[in-house]
Amino acid sequence: MTKMKWEKGGLKTPIARARGLGSAKEGVKHWMAQRFTAILNIPLTIWFVYQIFNAGFDVHGMIPVWMNSPVNSGLLILFTISIFYHAMLGVQVVIEDYVHNEFLKIVLIVLQKGGLMLGATISIFSILHLAHGF
Amino acid sequence: MSKKQAKTTPQERPLSPHLQVYKPQMTSMLSILHRMTGMLLVLGLVIYTAWLACAALGLYVYMDFLGLLETKLGMIAMVGISFAGFYHFFNGCRHLVWDTGKLFEIGCATKAGYTVLVLAIITTGGFWYLLMN
Repeated sequence: MTKMKWEKGGLKTPIARARGLGSAKEGVKHWMAQRFTAILNIPLTIWFVYQIFNAGFDVHGMIPVWMNSPVNSGLLILFTISIFYHAMLGVQVVIEDYVHNEFLKIVLIVLQKGGLMLGATISIFSILHLAHGF
Repeated sequence: MSKKQAKTTPQERPLSPHLQVYKPQMTSMLSILHRMTGMLLVLGLVIYTAWLACAALGLYVYMDFLGLLETKLGMIAMVGISFAGFYHFFNGCRHLVWDTGKLFEIGCATKAGYTVLVLAIITTGGFWYLLMN
């Protein structure tokens, strides 16, 4: 039986070992980021849905004029970052909850984060491109 | 158990019954729906990226993309994703209220759940009705 890292205590007393371990202090950051992006997503989503609604099915007519405004393209970039970050955190939790094979879990998390980062990058680049004219 | 077995296979321990012993409830079903709509919204993000990328690629590619959205399958996807979006939005607000420590009483949580579901259906219906007319 190989000993786990925390079992090699040496001369330390059990309490001294436990004190050194503690929580990873990672969970809170994830939780806070999930909530922070959720709150940010509220006004941005209302704005985005309103814009789409206003354009109706004339989305192609709207793009050239609409994207030329730095306010619109700026808000759309912020919307993209916030939404994709929120999605990344959410999908990660779902994978962590339902995939129990440690290797597969890590592979899936890396893939989803990479995929969403790629999506966000392409979206932001496209917005910048469109901001300079359709 | 032999030494080799102990190394390769994790010990089978009995699991206490969990999900299957509970009657499906409004609160638990809506909780699952929050996750499912969240996953569906990832598909929405794929379409969102495709929308912007096609627009950036030029008018012809963009017209093709819009044509794809206007097919039957495209419309079903759009309506489904919009419902997922509205539901996830309203239920997300419910979650944020819970984070402040309010609305935890069982009656309140269920009532807020129904409200969220009705709001999501009304806004989805209203959005598409107004958009079509």
